[in-house]
Amino acid sequence: MKRLRNNRNITGLLFVSPWIIGFLIFTAFPLLYSLFLSFQQVKITTDGIKTKFVKFGNYEYAFTVDGTFLDRVMTYLEEMVISVPIIIVFSLIIALLLNQKVKFRGVFRTIFFLPVIIASGPVIKELIDQGITTIPSIEQYAIYQTLNDNPEGFFNGILLYLIKNLIVILWYSGVQILIFLAALQKMDKQIFEAAKIDGASNWEFFWKITLPSLVPMIVVNLIYTIVTYSVFSLNPIIEHIQKNMFKVDTGYGYASALSWIYFLLIAAALAIAVGAMTLKRKKNYT
Amino acid sequence: MQTKTQQLNKYYFKTKRMFLGMQGTDGLLFKVLIYGLLIGIGFVYLYPLLYMGVYSFKSLDDLLNPLVNWIPTQFYTGNYEQANKVMDFFSTLMETLYVTVLPALAQTAVAAVVGYGLARFEFKGKKIIFILVLATFIIPPQVTLIPRYIFFNELNILGSLSAFLLPATFGQGLNSAIFILIFYQFFRAVPKALEEAAQLDGAGHFRIFFTIALPMALPAIIISFLFSFVWYWNETYLAAIYFGDALTTLPLQLQKFVATYQKMFPAEMGVSGGNQLNEGIKMAGTVLSILPLLIVYFITQRWFVEGVDRSGITGE
Repeated sequence: MKRLRNNRNITGLLFVSPWIIGFLIFTAFPLLYSLFLSFQQVKITTDGIKTKFVKFGNYEYAFTVDGTFLDRVMTYLEEMVISVPIIIVFSLIIALLLNQKVKFRGVFRTIFFLPVIIASGPVIKELIDQGITTIPSIEQYAIYQTLNDNPEGFFNGILLYLIKNLIVILWYSGVQILIFLAALQKMDKQIFEAAKIDGASNWEFFWKITLPSLVPMIVVNLIYTIVTYSVFSLNPIIEHIQKNMFKVDTGYGYASALSWIYFLLIAAALAIAVGAMTLKRKKNYT
Repeated sequence: MQTKTQQLNKYYFKTKRMFLGMQGTDGLLFKVLIYGLLIGIGFVYLYPLLYMGVYSFKSLDDLLNPLVNWIPTQFYTGNYEQANKVMDFFSTLMETLYVTVLPALAQTAVAAVVGYGLARFEFKGKKIIFILVLATFIIPPQVTLIPRYIFFNELNILGSLSAFLLPATFGQGLNSAIFILIFYQFFRAVPKALEEAAQLDGAGHFRIFFTIALPMALPAIIISFLFSFVWYWNETYLAAIYFGDALTTLPLQLQKFVATYQKMFPAEMGVSGGNQLNEGIKMAGTVLSILPLLIVYFITQRWFVEGVDRSGITGE
């Protein structure tokens, strides 16, 4: 019996082994190696790569000398803080709409998922360049013009960013809509009937039953949104990292440091977002 | 008199029910609101595509004419001819398929194997491995990019398909974690009875996997392959770095569309129009670069939509 279990043990490991090998070679080792590089000054010579230990030099450089990086980090964070909640709320609303008894649900689902298929960096860039990612004919409205005339100021900047990129932001919601929709459709209809009998209105039902039961899905969507938003190829930080990678005076060492800072930023954003959601949930239940 | 008010009341309730419904979700007003919102937002979603489609058929005259807005005056395909030349559409398409289909296949195959292993077997450290699989999802590719670049350079596979294929074959491709999760959920949902019966008949684990589990997992295989295909297709950042100039894809061609165009059709001094790059040509290029994906999507869209269900993140 024990041998049999051992046998299963080994077979299981065999099945997973391609992943383990791949993880060690292509993920774990590169992670450590780039961490190592981030503390080095890397020079590429004809005999290979020469490294020189510079302590936190690269990190210091990123935060003190390299103004562009800090700038881009700030815009990235700002845009993320604005976009992510919009994406989540918007996809929830669409999912709720689609969850009603609507005809042509399939057609609408197809439309809302379409951007996931075609949204590659160059395509989006082309669309932004053409100015078709904003709400159609918004330029004619007075609000837009006043905003456009004074682009300084925190709120004006945010609003302008929103207006100019609205469609792109909405385009990020394809997968999230489907995740919410799938969760909504799996909800027990009986709860709804029971609440109805107890006299709950649709409004109350949404806030007291639907939304709390969706919290895990909101967490999943938050993670998904933040990750996809961060690794999207139009992201300004990513571009900056790539530029530094092939620069002679900064090179691999500095680019590695930047990518690690970036990684930690994403991890922190995820931790804060997920933490906030779960904290709130606990409060609700006690 | 009495009957008249009663009648009026009856009508009042009837119309009220018609507009607001019995439960608040089936009235006419509510329906109108929902369809209005869906159609409105749907339009906003499709707007860039419509715009792209329309502009790609506009000739230069139409582009300059402010009166021509949504319907071009003539069916003009010149933009497509230009864009086709600039992007070298068919050979680029073949190359794109080459660098997307093969990694997607490899990724799907390995995700099936790993997902099966995680779903069907208990072994030491399984929990840790599972957590690590999920964790790989949040690691941005930039962090592993440089070491991988150096590594691939030493293996001398930069600029060849192997730079994509090798990580994919070992479950470290684009979003591999999601595909492993899809197969994991799929195999857990499938009853074990058939496999146990086969085991009693003396079939080995690998034989069971190939002859019983894998054919059953066809939906998961299709879903993984499609998603993987689309994601590899749209990946330009890694492709640009790993492939350099050796291999190209349609999105990459689009990225350097303007530069290529100017090289092919140098602007003649003093002559305006003619060979100038215009919006229409750019839009035609964009349409060409997404057209294959659109076709694939409209044929297979049911799988994409189901895919999100199947990933099981909605909790079972």
